Amino acid sequence: MVFRIALIGTGAVGRGILEAMSRKELGLVLTGVADSRSGMISPEGISPSSLLERKKKTGLCGETGISADDVVKKAPYDVLVEVSPTDASTGEPATGYIRTALSRKCHVVTSNKGPVALHYHELKQEADKAGVLFRFEATVAGAIPILHTLHESLGGNEVRALYGVLNGTCNYILTRMAEEGLSYKQALDEARALGYAEADPTYDVKGIDAAIKLVILANTVWNRRISLDDIDITGIDLLTEEAIRLAEEQDATIRLIGEIIPEKNLFRLSPRIIPRHHPLVVHGSLNAIILRTDLAGDLVFSGKGAGSLETASAVLGDILSIRDRYAGGN
Amino acid sequence: MQVSMKLEIRDTPGQLVAALMPISDVGGNIKTVIHEHDFSSDKGSLGVEVVIEIPKERLSALLNLFKERGITVIRFGEERMHYQQSVILIGHLIHTNLGDTVDRIDKTGFAEVTKMSLAMPAIQERSSAKCTIKALSREHMDKAIEILRDVSKQKEILMIEPLEF
Ligand SMILES: NC(=O)c1ccc[n+]([C@@H]2O[C@H](COP(=O)([O-])OP(=O)(O)OC[C@H]3O[C@@H](n4cnc5c(N)ncnc54)[C@H](OP(=O)(O)O)[C@@H]3O)[C@@H](O)[C@H]2O)c1
Repeated sequence: MVFRIALIGTGAVGRGILEAMSRKELGLVLTGVADSRSGMISPEGISPSSLLERKKKTGLCGETGISADDVVKKAPYDVLVEVSPTDASTGEPATGYIRTALSRKCHVVTSNKGPVALHYHELKQEADKAGVLFRFEATVAGAIPILHTLHESLGGNEVRALYGVLNGTCNYILTRMAEEGLSYKQALDEARALGYAEADPTYDVKGIDAAIKLVILANTVWNRRISLDDIDITGIDLLTEEAIRLAEEQDATIRLIGEIIPEKNLFRLSPRIIPRHHPLVVHGSLNAIILRTDLAGDLVFSGKGAGSLETASAVLGDILSIRDRYAGGN
Repeated sequence: MQVSMKLEIRDTPGQLVAALMPISDVGGNIKTVIHEHDFSSDKGSLGVEVVIEIPKERLSALLNLFKERGITVIRFGEERMHYQQSVILIGHLIHTNLGDTVDRIDKTGFAEVTKMSLAMPAIQERSSAKCTIKALSREHMDKAIEILRDVSKQKEILMIEPLEF
């Protein structure tokens, strides 16, 4: 059986997906692809490896006369894989692409936080109405299968609390400040030089990226209808190296922790003093999550929160689990 | 009951263990031990602060044991505030009247700031301070932290709280 996907976005995540498809026999056929300036539709299938080469050489994945919109509207696919950039304030153009796919009764898998954080309930309703699935594992904690765990594996549990290190850039900066005695600015410059932080790091260091993940968790796991404004957010940009030294005096350090305690309606992201050997104290750009549940007890997860293949892993997991449940699409 | 006491012991190897031994001998539980190295070391003695949990009726037996073994009890009192947490404050702490910030906790009567370490890199730069707070109960601690959170907001101080499980 062939299972057809159309890919919107061929950046880090899109490339990871294509690379995995070209390296392994996943049983997926790529029938459409688009980036910001070009697109391609081919019902017979596009070779992921030649596509990667073309994109590398020309900067384009297809023809300039074909847009992402065209691919979403016209390509024949079972799953739309939406991995274009996150716009945290509008969710566009990704939300539009997703709506179109759902209206065509196609499943949707995305790594894009915007549409999920802003429009989860409507999109879920549209997917339900169309009888298709809407999945977004990669939007929270990259490679860690936290949403699958919460949505499915822990079905019989009451999850009483979630604590998480959800932004690799901040964790990298805090690790370097603690381990190398760097100032905040030195650690940030280093993170930039290594490509862990964007040229404009505001989104990460002010805690917005991690807070968006808390919104996604709250709305999709605990069925809330909250937005970024409902999260109590403190970033790491005002931390001092002295504060980390003071924490170290009591064998502790400082990490940026997202916290959800549903019973108390508590949704908070803030730097916290935490014992140095606590399981949430992971190093470098790793992410970590602790769940406190009534039946399963405490569960600890850690792993890569970003990266090309790591994020692709989460996207592919969603795609393949949809394929295994359903066959066909439009 | 919970009791805190300060003991004076000779600064020779094995003395700390010897001082703590009577506590378990009478069925007491040691909660914390703070070793004070700089305490009158010229006299060849050390100060040790201990907090213990002990049945009330065994207390005099313990004090007798200490006396027998030549351990001096310098201070002794029932520990009222046994919930302890540390927070770190970052900001223009001196300009915004650190004394007043601390006072807001102390004047509650149910919590107090018992220790403060301040790191100030330069006059015009933000300083960082670690405040150790003690409170009567977990609920009082939560209230104290909440007060400090409000004060910090007013004074534009960044407060870093511990992650409590
Ligand atoms: N990178 C990670 O580790 C990671 C982890 C978790 C989640 N995510 C999320 O996954 C998504 C993709 O991330 P990324 O790192 O791959 O981003 P990226 O490297 O910036 O790539 C974005 C891709 O989307 C294309 N694109 C831009 N605007 C578009 C539009 N209007 N229509 C169609 N395509 C458009 C870009 O085209 P051009 O090639 O023409 O520029 C590029 O191919 C983002 O939403 C991100 O937040 C990323």
